[in-house]
Amino acid sequence: MASATPVDDEALLVAQLRAGEESAFEQVVRSYGGRLLAVARRIVGSEEDARDVVQDAFMNAFRSLDRFEGNAKLSTWLHRIVVNAALMKLRTRKRKPEQSIETLLPSFLDDGHHEERFKSWEEPVDKIMERAENRELVRKQIDALPEGYRTVLVLRDIEGLDTEETANVLGLSVNATKIRLHRARQALRTLLAPHFRSGVA
Amino acid sequence: MKCRELAEFLNDYVSGELPEENRVHFEYHISKCKNCHEYMVQYEVVIKAGRIACDEMSDEMPAMPEELIKAVLASRTKP
Repeated sequence: MASATPVDDEALLVAQLRAGEESAFEQVVRSYGGRLLAVARRIVGSEEDARDVVQDAFMNAFRSLDRFEGNAKLSTWLHRIVVNAALMKLRTRKRKPEQSIETLLPSFLDDGHHEERFKSWEEPVDKIMERAENRELVRKQIDALPEGYRTVLVLRDIEGLDTEETANVLGLSVNATKIRLHRARQALRTLLAPHFRSGVA
Repeated sequence: MKCRELAEFLNDYVSGELPEENRVHFEYHISKCKNCHEYMVQYEVVIKAGRIACDEMSDEMPAMPEELIKAVLASRTKP
């Protein structure tokens, strides 16, 4: 699949959108759609729901172009609209039974010590994440987390919602939300450890 | 404090929400226990890694499927 067309002049593009130029709408969808679809997918999980979310979000965005402020970035504005549409989707969705994450959590000996000896990751995080294959790997492993955990991790650690907001959207208690976030991070650590240990994914 | 408890408090510790009394025990343990220290380092790396990976995906994601692009553009012109 072709990758997104970059936008050179955002201000010009916004002016064209406001003027109702058809080609500008197409450029926006082509340039930002792939990324926005990935954002939606990461929150709602299913491809079908993610597509609904993106479609709703673009419709909303195009209808409220007059509310877009020139000093914001178009991509940031669209991102926020997609996240809101995705949250709406989550709110209206039936909760699925919680999947187990136990096997990805650390295990302990009877005396309370970790069972595992953690081998250090040789490089600092910025260095690790400089490599595109590692960024890809991290995204893949986040997507591989059990749904109820992935959602909490994405809303809290990636989208920056606070605990209360996240709890609200997901219909969980604040405490349950905290526990899930903690487990999700622990599970993600377990999934990434074998790749980061040697410094190379 | 045992390693098991320390792992439970990690979340509150890294967000600065661990109450003073527990924090003292936490920090004492982690200053003595290399394994827990390493675990905490990795826990924090994971949080940052997630953020970086998703932050920089703008240029790394495939374009939207053609049929969805068409659907979005078509729905705009619908009354």
